[in-house]
Amino acid sequence: MRQKLMIVLTLIAAALLARNLYVMLLQLPDEALQGAIYRIIFFHVPAAWTALLCATAAGAGSILYLTSKKISYDGFAASVTEVGLAFGAINLVTGMIWGRIIWGIWWTWDPRLTSMLVGWLIYAGYLMLRSAIEDPTKRANMAAVVSIFAFADVPIIFFSIKWWRTQHPQPVVWGGGQMDPAMKSVLFLNWIPLLLLAAVFIMIRMNQERSERQIDALRRYAHAF
Amino acid sequence: MAIPAVRGIAAGKRVQPPRLSFLRQSLTIASKDLRSELRTKEALNSSLAFSLVILLLFSFAFEPTEEQTRQISGGLLWLVFAFAGALILNRSFARELANDCLDALVAAPISGAALFFGKTLANLALLLAVELISLPVFGIFYNVRWSEQIWPLMLVVLLGTWGLTVIGTMFSALTVDLRLRELMLPMLVYPIMIPVLLAAVQLTTPLVMGQPLTPELAPWLRLLAAYDVIFTALAFGLAETVLVR
Amino acid sequence: MNPIEVAGVWKFYGDFPALRDISFAAEAGACLALLGRNGAGKTTLLRIMAGLSRPARGNVSVCGAQARDLAARCSIGVLGHGVSLYDELSAFENLRLFARIYGLSEPARTAMEWLERTGLDRVKDGLVREFSRGMRQRLAVARAFLHDPAVLLLDEPFTALDDRAIALLQTLLRDALAEGRTIVISTHQLREALELATHVALLVRGRLAHAGERTTQMLEDTGWLYRQYGESQPGSAFNRHG
Repeated sequence: MRQKLMIVLTLIAAALLARNLYVMLLQLPDEALQGAIYRIIFFHVPAAWTALLCATAAGAGSILYLTSKKISYDGFAASVTEVGLAFGAINLVTGMIWGRIIWGIWWTWDPRLTSMLVGWLIYAGYLMLRSAIEDPTKRANMAAVVSIFAFADVPIIFFSIKWWRTQHPQPVVWGGGQMDPAMKSVLFLNWIPLLLLAAVFIMIRMNQERSERQIDALRRYAHAF
Repeated sequence: MAIPAVRGIAAGKRVQPPRLSFLRQSLTIASKDLRSELRTKEALNSSLAFSLVILLLFSFAFEPTEEQTRQISGGLLWLVFAFAGALILNRSFARELANDCLDALVAAPISGAALFFGKTLANLALLLAVELISLPVFGIFYNVRWSEQIWPLMLVVLLGTWGLTVIGTMFSALTVDLRLRELMLPMLVYPIMIPVLLAAVQLTTPLVMGQPLTPELAPWLRLLAAYDVIFTALAFGLAETVLVR
Repeated sequence: MNPIEVAGVWKFYGDFPALRDISFAAEAGACLALLGRNGAGKTTLLRIMAGLSRPARGNVSVCGAQARDLAARCSIGVLGHGVSLYDELSAFENLRLFARIYGLSEPARTAMEWLERTGLDRVKDGLVREFSRGMRQRLAVARAFLHDPAVLLLDEPFTALDDRAIALLQTLLRDALAEGRTIVISTHQLREALELATHVALLVRGRLAHAGERTTQMLEDTGWLYRQYGESQPGSAFNRHG
């Protein structure tokens, strides 16, 4: 049942992506100031939204784990964090490519990109901590605490870096200006396939986590005999 | 060798000795940590030495004229504080590992939050000591008069150090029995501390240069205070979860 | 109300049950010897009873309070694998610290009393890191007893003790039982524990295979209980100790 759901979601995502790519590449005109490369925004921005959503879900999963002690919530939190890291990486790389092409610089300390980088490092640390703890129950407890701290830090990081950069204005990725409504609709429409793909990846990852727990339990059974 | 007979311990009758208040519990733990640290001075000495070395290294790395140094003073000082602090914070819960002392503390009638608070207070005292020695050394090496706005500067140092210490102590408890603890603690903790470091740097540089706290610096001060409040509350709330495995 | 009541305790490592549906009670004046192979769950169970760990299901109550409550922790004395003493503090400072933590009214005086009782008063200002192993163990015993706990939990206390420390511990435990305290000892060293024990419980792979009074048969043939449940006796040639 789950597998069928995953396949269906993937197909819908693929179809939407195909349609969006067609619109992006063939129907929309080049943007006035930024030329052809602006199209990268249709992946850059929704990837950031997806990553943020994943961070929120991870925080929620961690709180749910600590209150209910059901270890499947911990598996959910870990999976969501990994997928969120992947989309965060997409956001960072697309941002850097854009910056390189438009202004010739790889990294401009744009506040949003910088915040995403710091957040990425924090959640990468979360995964590193998980890999260092053997006992699944203890791992779940410690990871949940880190995830809650990380999530509490996300808005603080965002605002502090934004204030910091307003003191030293630099070229900003897609700085200001209104977006053409046609482009805006493509932006939101492209978020949907990304979300669907994120959901599929999360489901795959959660299956893996469950299998790992079962293997771990079997190994402990074997050692106990 | 008989135990003196105590009234009331028989057939499940409950004995309720008076329990310490939260503050007294924390202060007992804090004074224990400080007493044992001051006896060996291991963490204190290595942290101080490290901060002096970094101050020296920066002067070789950047060839500072006086004006340049004043402009990077905030960043330089807080990097020194953060790196030197890691040595102290790492030791915090690690010192309980030898002889299984942590078990005895967790099994004792002390709340997890009180244990955490006591250790945080001790770390705060130790780190402040290192910082208050590093400041004059910085002034000497770099020929900078930093004490014109000393009281606002002390406020910023206190708030910033509290932020570093709360996070560092919490993560010290989290990572206490991990293999790569000395590596994992800084890697986990530094990204989370970025807002504190940022705010502290933004406030420290003008203060060291002698400028008073202007209203446009107020958001940074508010950020420091908010960070301290939020993460102290989180740490108190989650201390039991981390300590009772 | 019994001093120790364990009801339906389960503990998991991930999906693996380390403890399965453990239920028993211990009366005042009882000494329970907790037996089992390595990995059977003895230390896990003791840690839950001491409030160091939380069960996934079920609960433990000590002197009427839940194991993790402050009221319960006041009544429990713990002696684990490590001595739980601070190397950089003196013997006196260590005992005074724990006396303070347990809320005793005269911490310094209680600390001195216990130093005298364990024969360590002449080295009261010596740092623990300079103590011999036997001295540390005696100090650890003092630490566990000084707040007059109604319940004592000891995890393999006789392991690597010297004769003087063993004698001290046995005397203290007998006196404690005579005063109506309750003791749980987890151990491999069957002889010393079974001599003191009034009851015996055997953990096999996380389950309570046997719980009942200690019989003279158990005392005379220390491996009997293990063989009853198909377990090889710990300490035999093919079992790693500790």
